Amino acid sequence: MTDDSRISPNGGPPPGAVRVNDLAFKIGTVNGTGSASANGLLRRAIFRMGIPVSGKNLFPSNIQGLPTWYEIRANADGHTARTARFDMVVAMNPATYKRDIEEVTTGGWVLHDSSWPLPRDLDRDDVTFLGVPLAKMTVDNFTGSRVRILMKNICYVGALAALLDIDMEIVRGLLKDTFAAKAKLLDANYLAIDLGHDYAREHFDCPLPVRLAPMDGNRDSIVIDGNTAAALGCVYAGATVAAWYPITPSTSLVDAFTLFCHQFRKDPETGRNRFAIIQAEDELAAAGMVIGAGWAGARAFTSTSGAGLSLMSEFIGLAYYAEVPSVFFDVQRVGPSTGMPTRTQQGDIQFVAYASHGDTKHIVIFPANPHECFDFAVKAFDLAERYQTPIFVVSDLDIGMNDWVVPKLEWNDSYRPDRGKVLTAEELEAATGPFHRYLDVDGDGIPARTLPGVHPKGAYLTRGSGHDRYGNYTEDSEPYADVLARVGRKIEGAAPHLPAPEIRVREGAKVALVTIGGCRGAVLEAVDELAERGIEVDYMRIRAFPFHPDVEPFLAAHEVNFVVEQNRDGQLGKLLITETGAAKESLQSILYYGGYPMSCHHVMDGLAEHIDLGADPAVVEPAPKAVATGGVSA
Amino acid sequence: MSYIKKPRVHHPGLTKNRLGLTRRDYEGTMSTLCAGCGHDSITAAIIEAFWELEIEPHRVAKTSGIGCSGKTPTYFLQEAHGFNGVHGRMPSITTGAHAANRDLMCIGVSGDGDSLSIGMGQFAHVVRRNVDMLYIIENNGVYGLTKGQFSASADVGSTAKRGQVNREHPIDSVLLALNLGAGFVARSFSGDKEQLVPILKAGLRHRGFALIDIISPCVTFNDHHGSTKSYQYTRDNYNQLVYADFVPPAHEIQASYEAGDVRTVGLHDGSSIRFRKVPGDYDPTDRDAVYGYIRERQRAGEVATGLLYVEEAGEVGEESDFHGIQGTVEEPLVDYPYEELCPGAERLERLQERFR
Repeated sequence: MTDDSRISPNGGPPPGAVRVNDLAFKIGTVNGTGSASANGLLRRAIFRMGIPVSGKNLFPSNIQGLPTWYEIRANADGHTARTARFDMVVAMNPATYKRDIEEVTTGGWVLHDSSWPLPRDLDRDDVTFLGVPLAKMTVDNFTGSRVRILMKNICYVGALAALLDIDMEIVRGLLKDTFAAKAKLLDANYLAIDLGHDYAREHFDCPLPVRLAPMDGNRDSIVIDGNTAAALGCVYAGATVAAWYPITPSTSLVDAFTLFCHQFRKDPETGRNRFAIIQAEDELAAAGMVIGAGWAGARAFTSTSGAGLSLMSEFIGLAYYAEVPSVFFDVQRVGPSTGMPTRTQQGDIQFVAYASHGDTKHIVIFPANPHECFDFAVKAFDLAERYQTPIFVVSDLDIGMNDWVVPKLEWNDSYRPDRGKVLTAEELEAATGPFHRYLDVDGDGIPARTLPGVHPKGAYLTRGSGHDRYGNYTEDSEPYADVLARVGRKIEGAAPHLPAPEIRVREGAKVALVTIGGCRGAVLEAVDELAERGIEVDYMRIRAFPFHPDVEPFLAAHEVNFVVEQNRDGQLGKLLITETGAAKESLQSILYYGGYPMSCHHVMDGLAEHIDLGADPAVVEPAPKAVATGGVSA
Repeated sequence: MSYIKKPRVHHPGLTKNRLGLTRRDYEGTMSTLCAGCGHDSITAAIIEAFWELEIEPHRVAKTSGIGCSGKTPTYFLQEAHGFNGVHGRMPSITTGAHAANRDLMCIGVSGDGDSLSIGMGQFAHVVRRNVDMLYIIENNGVYGLTKGQFSASADVGSTAKRGQVNREHPIDSVLLALNLGAGFVARSFSGDKEQLVPILKAGLRHRGFALIDIISPCVTFNDHHGSTKSYQYTRDNYNQLVYADFVPPAHEIQASYEAGDVRTVGLHDGSSIRFRKVPGDYDPTDRDAVYGYIRERQRAGEVATGLLYVEEAGEVGEESDFHGIQGTVEEPLVDYPYEELCPGAERLERLQERFR
């Protein structure tokens, strides 16, 4: 924090305080008006200034005309989880003026279109209103209603650049990259950005005391969404067959896979595809295709969300029991039923762990961010073939569709797929005895498999009906139970080979925060905030099910484990109670399931119900309950 | 007689095909279906067709759903991989397997319940996708394993074993497949092996989706008076509309269009179908006319059988089947070396400039 003795006429922090590279703002627009590219431009410009930044798109399940928001948080310490403390709101949608203005933190700013006066009842005396006549400026300078709407968005980017001290050269450079082939559009964008920028500089004291400044925090980082990263993982893992049915928020995973396949997987000579991507008639068919392709020896996957996974459940049981490698990406959204399709949740944890009827239990891996989406996608295919079973990669809408700053993706060219125990034609030819599909020859619960079309001695009939260790149909008690028990051992045996939990311990900590998936950022921010208050807590993030052997001792070592997750029923907590020896009393749930990404304040508020957190050293004065705590640094 | 294990050693004098395999080599395990079940006759015809076509059994992928029909892949081609999946979902499993390995010869065996009730969606879409497979519906109008409920192919007015009358309209897989654009549509009868074997052979050689709906009476639950899927009813109302022979590529024959009653239709692999006898001006390559003719015969109370419709190889592009639509490489995807599938570290590094 740098000192600045100037008293700002724009409101903001108390005199003398300037806050640099620690801010969040929210842009409220109407969906279908092209604001996404303007907002992306802002987020990318901040990233290129070297500041860790995230962009969260809170969008409706609608094509045009409903409210949509984009939240940008920049934080030098790398805390880029969602925050509910907005220093500024860019209010571009009259339909949401009221709630948008209410969400600005005390001392913050509201940037609005002053072409028309704001209704009187929206006034707040603890925030500063910054009016820019955006509509008027675009009407005066551009023709055509669509262009005017688009340029209005670019105009507010210009104004924000001036107010927050965003490097205009970077903004112009990004525009140039985007519109390299469209000179006319580029000129229009240049003009719009300058209109906004110049207006702000002429009418306000720029920059605001809450502002940005170049730093070097992103040298080895990229900004990417989890679905894109997972799709890249599928390409690098050598997946050749994808079958899917469109469903938000997983659709962009297959979209990205399609794009990358066209880029990387065309036969250079014939131009033909070294992949097959099948848009199925429903999720049942998508699952069937993946299982058929996995059975035939391809690395195959589907991408879906909870509702789709419900439809796939019967097939999941088949793949589990018939032991067919297959990979399922579950990008979770808010359930039950249709729920809120464009909002995020972690409501599928328990369902995925035991999906399908009968005794089923699955290997599930939980990435926390796009970087892990890439790594875990590759891992999933190896696990699927090693353990001959469906593997679930469970992310969520926030991870899958939002922009995250993560370390660059890395690839080691020495990687080769783990195809597991697949007998070759030569091995089958040389074999002296007959091949038995479900015979546990090695004692690790994993039998060898064969692929169709390879060798007559490898033939067997795959079936979801009762079968014995030789692959024959059975309705007899012992041979049936023998196979089912062995499959169970196989899955349990995978636990030590799955991603270990991420554990961070601190001196003197007696309690722990335990979490999963995309809650990581919010929980780590809470760990830091607690430390600032003199409260030490340990941290563990579950990354796989069945639980890694490190999980149980960690839980046992803490008086209380606060399990932070995004669902109503504390699903991870219940799974921990069911599947580890942890005492029920040692687990307490901290839950948020309203559909937005988890924030640090959810964790802190939840903890406050159990332990005395003391005073927030950062809070200057108590904020109203409706507005998140926080405020400005002294 | 399902408790009898088939002998592994065969008589040395059995006739061998050019691969040196006897018909016994194309068999599977002993059937557990009811004695006299139409499905077993179909299994026998399938065995004959594969033997005559001289196909290596392990090149074949056999798939099925659930029900009596679902059990049948166990009874033929012991040396082929098989997949007995879930009810009504054989098409998607087959599609996936075919996507992964286009060199597999796919044969799917389904039933009227499996394809026309629970699996109606997948049936329709596998036709649309033109997956290169032979799709058999063993059609008996009834659910056998659950003891005699009507299926969606039961005719209006047909009666169940205990006398209930079906009043719901049937779904006709042949008309449906014609509507959905199938390139090869046939109807046959399990009791007519002479007709069935050549159609099976042609269906296996047809590139793209081939449907054979085979009336296959259920001796236990649907072979009584009042049933329209009984042996008696089918024999009484059977109209062998189209007589066709399958002619493999090596046996070139002369097309004879001028004779009027003989027509030859070429298949993609160079083999052909020779229509020996068709009624009047029946044109087995005219989809609309075939549709109309079948409807007309149905109104007359007849079951029209034979290879009813086939598209000529030249009529549709080479690229109209599943892999043509997909634009997939000629080699099976499963045979692609990993090194040619992974773009490598350097390209990942370059790609990520886009994300900065």
